[in-house]
Amino acid sequence: MSTIASGQGQPQGQPHSVTEAARQRKFGALYSRNVRSVVARGLMAAKSSTWLILVSGFFEPVLYLIAMGVGLGTIVGDVEGPGGQMISYAAYIAPALLAVSAMNGAVYDSTWNVFFKMNFAKLYQGMLYTSLGPLDVAMGETVLALLRGFLYATGFTAVMGVMGLLTTPSAVLMIPASLLIAFGFASLGMGITSFMKTFQQMDWINFFMLPMFLFSATFYPLSVYPESIQWLIQAMPLWHGVELLRQISVGVFSPATAIHIGYYLVMIVIGVTLTTGRLRALFLK
Amino acid sequence: MNPDAVIRADMLRKEYGDVTAVDGISFEVPPGESFGLLGPNGAGKSTTMKMIGGVSRRTSGTLDIMGLDPDENGPEVRAHLGVVPQQDNLDEELRVRENLIVYGRYFGLPLSYLRPKADELLEFAQLTDKAKSRVDALSGGMKRRLTIARSLINEPKILLLDEPTTGLDPQARHILWDRLFRLKEQGVTLILTTHYMDEAEQLCDRLIVVDKGRIMAEGSPSSLIRDHSTREVLELRFGSERNATIGAELVGIGERLETLPDRVLIYADDGEAALEQVSARGLHPLTSLVRRSSLEDVFLRLTGRSLID
Repeated sequence: MSTIASGQGQPQGQPHSVTEAARQRKFGALYSRNVRSVVARGLMAAKSSTWLILVSGFFEPVLYLIAMGVGLGTIVGDVEGPGGQMISYAAYIAPALLAVSAMNGAVYDSTWNVFFKMNFAKLYQGMLYTSLGPLDVAMGETVLALLRGFLYATGFTAVMGVMGLLTTPSAVLMIPASLLIAFGFASLGMGITSFMKTFQQMDWINFFMLPMFLFSATFYPLSVYPESIQWLIQAMPLWHGVELLRQISVGVFSPATAIHIGYYLVMIVIGVTLTTGRLRALFLK
Repeated sequence: MNPDAVIRADMLRKEYGDVTAVDGISFEVPPGESFGLLGPNGAGKSTTMKMIGGVSRRTSGTLDIMGLDPDENGPEVRAHLGVVPQQDNLDEELRVRENLIVYGRYFGLPLSYLRPKADELLEFAQLTDKAKSRVDALSGGMKRRLTIARSLINEPKILLLDEPTTGLDPQARHILWDRLFRLKEQGVTLILTTHYMDEAEQLCDRLIVVDKGRIMAEGSPSSLIRDHSTREVLELRFGSERNATIGAELVGIGERLETLPDRVLIYADDGEAALEQVSARGLHPLTSLVRRSSLEDVFLRLTGRSLID
């Protein structure tokens, strides 16, 4: 029988050069530049199990679009788009639904999914006993969330095209923009999840997300609200996503576009910083 | 100080808030040794293992794993380690063989190495015909063997085993011990925690007895028994009410007497002779048993408590 493990196989001097290399590296205990393997694991697992979730995540916004946009749209008629031009009600809410779906997918992956793997499947404990650091795991999970978001966004944009809701080729930029939205929600969601200990606490996330979905100018313009409510909604992340995608969908941009993008960039920076700090606290106790 | 030691711990301490889990433990492990941490639940064994793996930061003391500090270089230290945790944490979303391959990729190992290695390890764990099974379809013993196979995927120099056979039936334990013994023969350094003395006696060249975060004794199983116990032990049962009161009447027999709730232990080099003395005093236990001293007796002697409570 060949040797299963090398008790004495590797040269003795080797660890010391590794030591030197390791000492010079930032985040030495947190990161080992192997995000790839976490992503590969996610893809392999997706092959067998999360099929149904993947499909349902795609159909949810499509169903909303048909029910609200096409169904309700017949009585609503045309509405005013971002540039002042008249567009169909379906074309008005479709980008908003895409933003909502980017948010939902990212939040599901970075909160419930991470919560379960962390507390019940003990998956991360296993990973962290290898060369992986917590940062590899967090980044891998984020990449997976974005990959899923990319599939949804591409699929939904295609549906919009088929339904004749796209008027400009640059509308394809909605795909990278929804990834930006997803990244913002995923990074912040993961940071917040790291504080959660029980299912009851996890429910707070839904408590926050549902009103945001309904009231972030998703189905009607912000102008219907009194000014104080408008301010509140404009402070919420989803509104910026809805507005950003709505502008891209018709190819009309304004100085506010930069603010929307900036909002998400700041959200990503805060989310990544928070998550990294929490991982250090959680896994290097 | 042993210059070849693969693990060197000096005054290792770990506090969680007010609780001191590990209270100044020092030890060294030379390469190829099978080293045990024996103690009851809550003695600080698992915490020590976690500090070695760099997944728990020590409060103070120094720790050197093959020239590296696990707090600073966790990923590099773990590249040399194989870890078998107390609770199986296999990836239930993956099949048996996939578990090995994916785990190997966490170490950054290439597929060209991992594919044949996974097959070899399945063979070693006697799971070849389960390669494509779902993990949740495996028995407890099979899961444990898969966990051990998984821990070997990176050809570790040090294998950490935290309570490797807890919860397994006797047959599964013996299969596992046999596999671990083979690894030992191949020169892998084994670090294992256990609260089973038979396991410690079977597998450990040397061990430390740990209680409340401190080392109570250190040595080979046989030397610990020689130093801290007699050759034989006479176990007497007088029924649960009488065990406590009868102790006084047994004084003077053997070298030492230990009264437990369910039985009385008389430590003597000749157990049969001690039993004759008991009868000579007109005492008739319900059952009597003469056996060799074990690490359990060492533990009892050192701490005044049983290992499994």
